[in-house]
Order: sequence, then structure tokens, then C-alpha cells
Amino acid sequence: MLDDFLVRVALAGVGTAIAAGLLGCFVVWRRMAYFGDATAHAAVLGVALALAFNMSIFLGVGLVALAMAVLIYGLSPERGSVDTLLGVLAHGALAMGLVAVTLIPGQRVDLDAYLFGDVITVTRMDLMIIWGGTALVVGVLWWRWSALLTATLSPDLAYAAGIEPRRQQLVLTLMLAAVVAVAMKVVGALLITALLIIPAATARKYAQTPERMALLSVVIGVVAALAGLRLALLMDTPVGPSIICVAAFMFAATTVAHIGRS
Amino acid sequence: MSLIEAHQIGVRYGGQRVLHGVDMALEKGEIVTIVGPNGSGKSTLLRVLVGALKPTSGQVTRQAGLRIGYVPQKLHIDPTLPITVDRFLNLPHKVGSAAMATALTHAGVPDVGARQMVDLSGGQFQRVLLARAILGRPDVLMLDEATQGLDQPGSAQFYRQIDAVRQELDCAVLMVSHELHVVMSASDRVICLNGHICCEGTPEVVSAAPAYRELFGTGTGGALALYRHEHDHDHHHHTAAE
Repeated sequence: MLDDFLVRVALAGVGTAIAAGLLGCFVVWRRMAYFGDATAHAAVLGVALALAFNMSIFLGVGLVALAMAVLIYGLSPERGSVDTLLGVLAHGALAMGLVAVTLIPGQRVDLDAYLFGDVITVTRMDLMIIWGGTALVVGVLWWRWSALLTATLSPDLAYAAGIEPRRQQLVLTLMLAAVVAVAMKVVGALLITALLIIPAATARKYAQTPERMALLSVVIGVVAALAGLRLALLMDTPVGPSIICVAAFMFAATTVAHIGRS
Repeated sequence: MSLIEAHQIGVRYGGQRVLHGVDMALEKGEIVTIVGPNGSGKSTLLRVLVGALKPTSGQVTRQAGLRIGYVPQKLHIDPTLPITVDRFLNLPHKVGSAAMATALTHAGVPDVGARQMVDLSGGQFQRVLLARAILGRPDVLMLDEATQGLDQPGSAQFYRQIDAVRQELDCAVLMVSHELHVVMSASDRVICLNGHICCEGTPEVVSAAPAYRELFGTGTGGALALYRHEHDHDHHHHTAAE
């Protein structure tokens, strides 16, 4: 069954949507969108690294995303945002990645595949890595859910309950790097943040508790992934951007419906 | 022994000396208020005592197994985070629904369990924080400017609630505030802080102390008179009600 490329593509999309949908809630709650951008954009640099040293793209992307995430974690204060610094890092890393990719001797690299995803060529190996990464993200978030949520609500309440908020921030940072590595193949470096934010933001309007928002965010992400894939096949458009288009449409439609009701 | 003992606490942020040479102890069942101007290190001291902040020098000794209930300065919940009062009370540890109902009742907001946190009024919100703090039946209740954003009747009411909670749970209360007139009358002991402890004692002793007058009295002639007037009035009222 996995030999059918459509099934593989669908599975890749669903796996990515699950990981991104869950983590995306924390990205929205903690206003880490720019943080996500910086980590994701650094992935292009990871691609260059992987090609130059002839290693797996996942590994290169994972390593650089991890390095970027830890760098931002180290630079960011306990409270408050580092908007400008993140902007510099995000776009600096993207530009450096774009330059580095073209400097690799011997091959013309198809940049589009890394910027916008290239899920059509997903292999069984890719699938295993994507689902492995998703399982890791789901497992860690499940395991640490209460602590992560408490630290997100208030660092002081976390301290008083014996939870170290900085450690929770580090956990989320590492998960973000994992999601970037997972999502690269499906939506590409430029649209990973969209896959994190849009399903979560759409789910917000219909959720009364954080858990329901996370669950709903996953469902919306999966629906967007499958519908986006269908749309891409019908109209012969790139899969990644098509998925984000569907997600954005769902967000817009639910927002309008919400305004209409209230 | 005391519930919490702080010995020669010093805190520096960067090059800035925020606290130095602070000695204090909190005994079972007493209400202690820390007052001081903005930037005097009140919240910092409280965070050191809670354990949220490691002091640069000195040490804090807490009684073994001491349970602390902490009410932070106004908590901002991002509107993107949906959370009901019930769910909020269950973080980070699950508590029974009976315990939850009791805590909400003690805090004076029995019927808000199913409401969204962001929909609560300022007074309700602070009471929910109080309910959360007393859920674990704390030995010490710590409040950091817990009435910020409440109007005067609102904060007076909130302090009466705390008094009721204290009597119910028999816990010590340590709070930080700048609302001198309301707070001081309810306290057993007042600590006047400005980087170090300027003076301490009963509310009457502290409000008459030169160090306190120097911090809060200069250049506020009219306002001080108002404070004193309201303080006396409030105190009177308080004793009459008892």
C-alpha cells in the first residue's frame, strides 16, 4: 500500500499536520511565530550543509534548525520578546542559506523544493522519519503537557509549583526544531510557520480548554493537508502552498462565520 | 522555628543593587505586609522567598515540607489561550471537584467554574487566583500586589476575603502592597522596604516611624493626611465590626 505514491503523500501530509497542529498551539499562545520563522528559515542553510557534506537533508535541516533554536533560546530573556533580533536571525539565515545553496559546486539545486516543499517525491524512508518525528513531538508534549501549559500561563505560577519555566521553553524550542525537520518536505521552509499558526488560530474560536484547542487544531491541520493535496492534484498546483491555501481559507471562513454570529 | 527565614539577602540585577542585607522571618499564622516605593525591591524579595529567584547573596530557609500558595501580580492570560476557571485550577496538578468548589467558595467566587478566565472581571480574576493558591491548603499565602487594578472598595473587599481565608485555613499571610491605608490596618506586622529594611513593627509603630515618613511622607502633605485619615477610619471600622 505504501508503494502507492498518493498514499505516501497523504501520510506525509497527515503526519506533518499532527505535529504542527499540536505544537502550533504553543506557538500561538506564547507568541512564538517569529521564533518559528527564524528556525524554519534556517533550514535552507541546513539544506546547503547537507548537500555540501553529502548527508541526509533531514539531518542537515534538523541540525541547523536545532542550532538556530538553541541560539534564540540562549539569546532570549525570560520575559518579553526579542522581535527585532528574531527578524534579523530569520531573514539573515534565509539569505545565507539561499547564497550557500548556489555556492555548492557541481550541481544545480532545485531551490523551490526546499522553499515550498516537494512532497510528491516522498520516499518510504522519508515517511518513516516524518512519522518518527511526529511521534516524538506528540510523545514529549503529552508527557510534559501540564508543566508546559503552566509555564505558558505564567512563569511565576510555574516557579511556585516547582516547575522551571526556562526548561519548558527549551523543550518547546527543541520540539520546534523537530517540527521544522518534519515539515520541510511537505510545505517547505517558507510556509512551516503558516502550518503551525493557521490551524491553531482557526481552532481557537471553537475551543473552551487548551486541550480541545490542541485536538481541534490537529483535526483542522489534517483536513487542510488532505484537501490541499486533492486541490493540488486537481489543479496541478504545488502541494505545500495548496495545503496552506486551504488552511487559510478555513481560517477566513470560520472568522467570517464567527463575526456573523456574534 | 519560623516558617521562612531569610538571612542577609542580597540581590543584584546586572550592576544594580536591588536588595541588600535583608533579614526577616515569617511566623505561623501572622499577617505581614511589605510596603515600599516603586523599585524598592518588594516583589523581588517576595520572589526570593517563594523560590522563583535565587538571591545573589544570603540564604533562605524554609520549613521542611512548607506549602506555599502564591498569588502573583496581575496575571496576563493571552486571549489566544482558551481556559476555563476549572481547568486553570487543575494546573499543574489535578484536584478533585469538591476541593475546587470549596476553594472557589472560600475565595468568594462560587459560581465561576465554567467561565473563561479572560471573561472574568478584575475582582473575580484575583479571587480565582486566590482560590488556586489555597487549593493546596498552604501554610503560607503570598500575595504580590494582588489588588492592582481593583478600585478601592474592590481591594478592601479582597483584603477582607483574605482575612476570612486566613482564619479558615490558619495560614500565615505575606503580602506586598503599596496601598498603605487598606493593608496596614489588617496586618500584624509591617515591613517598610527600600533596598533594605528601613523599619518594621506594628502598623501604628511603622506609620509613625521617621524612616517611613521619609519614604512616603515628604512632598505629599495632602495625600499623607488623607492616608492617615482613611487609615484611622478604616481601622476604627474594622475594630467596630469585630
